[in-house]
Amino acid sequence: MRWLESNLGLVWDLMLTHMSLCIPPIIIGFLISIPIGWIANRYRLTRGVILVVLGLLYTIPSIPLFIFMPLILGTPQLSSLNVVVALTIYAVALMVRSASDGLGSVDKDVLQAASAMGYSGWQRFWRVELPLSGPVLLAGLRVVSASTVSLATIGSVIGVTSLGYLFINGLQRRIPAEVLTGIVSVLLIAVVFDLLLVLLGRLVLPWSRRDRSVRAKTVARSRTAVLTGAGS
Amino acid sequence: MIEFRSVTKQFPDGTVAVDAFDLAIPPRKTTVLVGSSGCGKTTLLRMINRMIDPSSGHILIDGEDTGSLEPVKLRRRIGYVMQNSGLMPHRKVIDNVATVPILGGVPKKQARDDAMKLLDTVGLDRSLALKYPRQLSGGQQQRVGVARGLAADPNILLMDEPFGAVDPIVRAELQQETIRLQEGLGKTVVFVTHDIDEAFLLGHQVVILQKGGHIAQVGTPAEILAHPANDFVASFVGADRGKRALRIQRVGDRDVVVDENGTPTGVLQP
Repeated sequence: MRWLESNLGLVWDLMLTHMSLCIPPIIIGFLISIPIGWIANRYRLTRGVILVVLGLLYTIPSIPLFIFMPLILGTPQLSSLNVVVALTIYAVALMVRSASDGLGSVDKDVLQAASAMGYSGWQRFWRVELPLSGPVLLAGLRVVSASTVSLATIGSVIGVTSLGYLFINGLQRRIPAEVLTGIVSVLLIAVVFDLLLVLLGRLVLPWSRRDRSVRAKTVARSRTAVLTGAGS
Repeated sequence: MIEFRSVTKQFPDGTVAVDAFDLAIPPRKTTVLVGSSGCGKTTLLRMINRMIDPSSGHILIDGEDTGSLEPVKLRRRIGYVMQNSGLMPHRKVIDNVATVPILGGVPKKQARDDAMKLLDTVGLDRSLALKYPRQLSGGQQQRVGVARGLAADPNILLMDEPFGAVDPIVRAELQQETIRLQEGLGKTVVFVTHDIDEAFLLGHQVVILQKGGHIAQVGTPAEILAHPANDFVASFVGADRGKRALRIQRVGDRDVVVDENGTPTGVLQP
């Protein structure tokens, strides 16, 4: 505890840096995944290829990916952009499947009705398909958020500051309190992000709140998803 | 007036759903397309608002070829009611009803005010306006579907087995409501069903379809019952059995009508 007291400023700064490292990949990854997911869902033949190839991206070990980024992007070795781009790739790898599943989960009757009412293709996408895939997109985004927050720690290995610094520094100097503080801080950020996403969902998708039994089931399912996501 | 002129629809998989179909649908009346599943009745209905385009032939609305019209604009001026209501689950009842006017550029406030009045028209309590569709019963949802179909005040209302999924009591209620609305508003209604009783109840003109969209018979319910065109029609409408094969039995000084089993169903009025 004494370590934490004397290093509160450092931990707070690292938490802010860590968050600033995580937020762009989550948002950009989401935005990139929607059109790709739309294509995968719209053209059934492409679906298998897109989902497998992008899914495989997630299996690329993170340290080599971080190290190769400057070679691909031409960025300086220590630029945080390397980590942001790599995390965005992981976010897309996870999110595309949710985007495709989400768009595919929209009731065909509702789409047919929307067309019959006189929605143009563009209006139907923005006003019907996208909002109705919201619950599945949100579940996917929660997984992406947890995964990104945990992966960002590895940035410290290649010299891009994040909460991972506390692990490396704590291990090298044998200060268990520092490592523990790092773990708790990462968890804290992951939980806060998750709560914010759930809150956002309540605001944007007020219609999706179900009665209790159905809701309990959905929550259980997304919890499992978050756990598997964080574990992989 | 809606006219089908030698309309054929062949789907990409080779199925011919409709083959050289000709029909005139009179204005301000209810025309019911009735037949078993696979007879092409829904395909015919969806070709009217170009949800499906014919492979060949023409469909004319008041003399205008729908093939030359922009599908999205065409659909906005034709009401559409489908099975399972097809309501937008993420929009409140009032916004569902106001959908088409808003798409057509009516200011939101006015569209909502008009939608409120439509809830009265279809017999829904205004307190339901701010609920989401899933909070309503099946029958209520179907009424919202009808209100939505009427919202842009279209001349034509297409109804695709709208009461197929509700229970018999609610269905009977909705059927009466449909008759009342059609008479009151004078819409041209094209109604699809597989239920011959529903067809006879609602239809001024009934079109009995056989596989491939072939017309077995067109006529008023009375004409069809009196003179079935062939054995298929006779057996489809059940003219030879059950509650349609009625006989008169003399009881004292009154004529009692009995069905096939001899069960009395009513008394002939002098």
